Amino acid sequence: MSTIDKLNLKSTLLEQFKTFENELNGEGKKPIHKIRQQAIQTFDGLGFPTTKHEEWKYTNLGKVLKQAYTFGKRSELQMADIQQFLLPNIPNANTIVFVNGAYEPTLSNIVSSEEVLIVKTLEEAYDTHESLVAPYFGQLTKTSEEAMIALNTAFTKNGIFIHVPANKVVEEPVLMYFITDTRTANQGAQPRSLIVVEQGAKATFVDKTDTLGENASFNNVVTEIVVEPNARVEHYKVQNDHAQASYIGTTQVKQAQDSYYANTTISLNGSIVRNNLNVALDGSNVETHMFGLYMLTGNTHVDNHSIADHLKPHSMSNELYKGIMDESSTGVFNGKIFVRQDAQKTNAYQQNRNILLSDNASINTKPQLEIWADDVKCSHGATTGNLDEEALFYLRSRGIAENEAHALLIHAFGNEIIEKITLEPLRAYLEQLVMQRLGVDLNPISADFE
Amino acid sequence: MSKETDILEEHINSDYKYGFETKIETESAPKGLSEDIVRFISAKKNEPEWMLEWRLKAYAQWLEMTEPNWQNVDFPKIDYQDIIYYAAPKKKAKLDSLDEVDPELLKTFEKLGISLEEQKRLTGVAVDAVVDSVSITTTFKEKLGELGIIFCSMSEAVQDHPELVRKYIGKVVPANDNYFAALNSAVFSDGSFCYIPKGVRCPMELSTYFRINTAGTGQFERTLIVADEGSYVSYLEGCTAPMRDENQLHAAVVELVAMDNAEIKYSTVQNWYPGDKEGKGGIYNFVTKRGICDGVNSKISWTQVETGSAVTWKYPSCILKGDNSIGEFYSVAVTNNYQQADTGTKMIHIGKNTKSRIVSKGISAGHSQNSYRGQVKVMKRATNARNYSQCDSLLMGDLCGAHTFPYIEADNRTAVIEHEATTSKIGEDQLFYCTQRGIDPEAAVALIVNGYAKEVLKQLPMEFAVEAQKLLAISLEGSVG
Repeated sequence: MSTIDKLNLKSTLLEQFKTFENELNGEGKKPIHKIRQQAIQTFDGLGFPTTKHEEWKYTNLGKVLKQAYTFGKRSELQMADIQQFLLPNIPNANTIVFVNGAYEPTLSNIVSSEEVLIVKTLEEAYDTHESLVAPYFGQLTKTSEEAMIALNTAFTKNGIFIHVPANKVVEEPVLMYFITDTRTANQGAQPRSLIVVEQGAKATFVDKTDTLGENASFNNVVTEIVVEPNARVEHYKVQNDHAQASYIGTTQVKQAQDSYYANTTISLNGSIVRNNLNVALDGSNVETHMFGLYMLTGNTHVDNHSIADHLKPHSMSNELYKGIMDESSTGVFNGKIFVRQDAQKTNAYQQNRNILLSDNASINTKPQLEIWADDVKCSHGATTGNLDEEALFYLRSRGIAENEAHALLIHAFGNEIIEKITLEPLRAYLEQLVMQRLGVDLNPISADFE
Repeated sequence: MSKETDILEEHINSDYKYGFETKIETESAPKGLSEDIVRFISAKKNEPEWMLEWRLKAYAQWLEMTEPNWQNVDFPKIDYQDIIYYAAPKKKAKLDSLDEVDPELLKTFEKLGISLEEQKRLTGVAVDAVVDSVSITTTFKEKLGELGIIFCSMSEAVQDHPELVRKYIGKVVPANDNYFAALNSAVFSDGSFCYIPKGVRCPMELSTYFRINTAGTGQFERTLIVADEGSYVSYLEGCTAPMRDENQLHAAVVELVAMDNAEIKYSTVQNWYPGDKEGKGGIYNFVTKRGICDGVNSKISWTQVETGSAVTWKYPSCILKGDNSIGEFYSVAVTNNYQQADTGTKMIHIGKNTKSRIVSKGISAGHSQNSYRGQVKVMKRATNARNYSQCDSLLMGDLCGAHTFPYIEADNRTAVIEHEATTSKIGEDQLFYCTQRGIDPEAAVALIVNGYAKEVLKQLPMEFAVEAQKLLAISLEGSVG
């Protein structure tokens, strides 16, 4: 497909949609295509977000959009090409691999039985599981308000449908790799997933985004997750891509009564990273956890937007995001808690803590509460600071070198998030990454304290 | 709970007691806004050429601007051509003493509890009273004059101290700052001007009382306070308006300038007519208030008790430019019935070792919506900046809303910023504790709310603190049942 240039990126994409439509052949008459057509119109109306949009106030996409990308080009990768991106020490796992936004069954490996875990392309699922796909696909996300979601929806092809039937437990974690091949040129990708975890079922998902090759990549990812009554979902996101990789990802979650959803997002590297995590607590007795750690260097810009939308009474949400900004990096946090009029007896907590380590780093944070019910307990807090002088002094006075004392404190700060990860090999892997970032081997020091 | 509810109902239904209208002869400009009206106002005030030019420039800029709509409030569109931009009690000549003031007007102020006569005799507060567009009288002028303090209406200041006005007007809030500031700059009619010379500590509270009287008018006053090196002033502002079915616009601008080691304390008790129980009528209170801590070690402190207005939209802000300067914002905002408030502050840290503190207490009842919106910005060079913000919301009933929109921006690694916010209702256990000890529910609510707002109320000068507590009681007690 055609290359997109800076000046008329939007019109090129609109033009490209026509080519895309023609290549669909008979599929163009199916109901899924109606949704695509609506979405492209929405995108046409909205255009790319700019810093004038309140939701994009602190994230300027100019740097991403001024580059040229090829979108949706299929790439024939071998296992050897992607081996380097796979999470270590999780031998018994389901792997789902996307290359340039398209699901690649040949690189993927489903180890769970078909009674427990069903994985299909979205188009196929629209035929076989219409009752599960149609009510959710493109319905959970506010396509009409967010240009980037609309753009993803318009070009949905070879997206994925993951289904866990009622009362099934997927023992093996589902690892989803989003790989963009930029070895020959800049590459754009728009992967799309719909995950339906039915009543009483349980599953763990891990997302990891990586770029193969030195050129720039631009991922616009949308994931919709339906958590039915009494179901339990744990979801992790690992973002440690290279410095030319831009990422805009929306995770839209709808939770029914008595369900549990926990998300932990770890952002370590990238060019511009934007995470939208929107959870609708649409039932009573729902439990939601949102944790995040962004530990940034270089020119990396990470923007975490989250929404906990309490629609029904007696639910709780808990959010903790922590940021460590070094060099010229910038962090953005915007957490919203909505408590609707019906959602009495809601408990909602939100915290954002930040450390700035360099004179060129910055943080913009906007914790937000919007409450329409009176019998609720809601609070939020945000802090920005640097390392505690007294704690540093304590460590130095006990003979610990300055760089080691720094590392120890930063590690302790970040570890509050890392230790929330219950998937042990993933936790160990991420802790290792954090240690590498600190550049100090803390094990001997920690041993001294024990 | 029925008996309690009755008592509370009674309170919630208590009428706005400042709703009367005074029948005095006024002189107004025709409705509508045009370049001619701007010229008319300027001519009425016998202003120098530079002032007229400044107004016309602002008017031209206003024409280019569009009304902002990002705030979390909802109201019918304002027809700017349906407003009278100038209305003044008719007066024959310049007044030399209070005796010459229209007796009807004096009665008005007595009804409002601000007896200008009495103020004159007792030491305490110097008052500048502004009705509709014009400052009526300023008390204690001579006594303040002995210390070199200038406290007069803006119109007088333009005539008598043009060099000061010209130097500082629009310095903190430029004419094109925002839509309503531009409108104000074009058509502002009067307001207070205050200059405290070097090293002078103003011995009394300075106060302005604003009142909208004539129907169909908008009030556009402009206040400018300049505290020169090492001076101190505490300034109070109060406002009321008659009850009317129509909405009236109040778009004021307040500018504060604090030089080296100077301190300005600015307190507001805002009680404009909030509209009736169905949300009909009331004042639109769209005000731009901003202070600059221009010099080292300077301090600006805003305290506000917001109980009135149908729609409030204001953010008293501090630009902390001087090293070691301090900005403070204390606010209690109460909304009831169909009132809407979107208020908060901005603290812009520019200088080194600057400190700011924000304490905001929102109370919403009835069908009202109450939003806190604040910004704390630490610029790159503001080493060792420190901010502490606390915004609490209290909800009474399940039909109202409380919202918090803090923007925290740090570009310096030495910045320490803390923000916390909570939302809750008056606890059943707290009420039970009080009633069990023989305190009736109504007094219990008053007690709890006063305790909740205490941190802000204690910042108010004594005279206002009493008034503010009563206001809180009237505005609120009906809301828990």
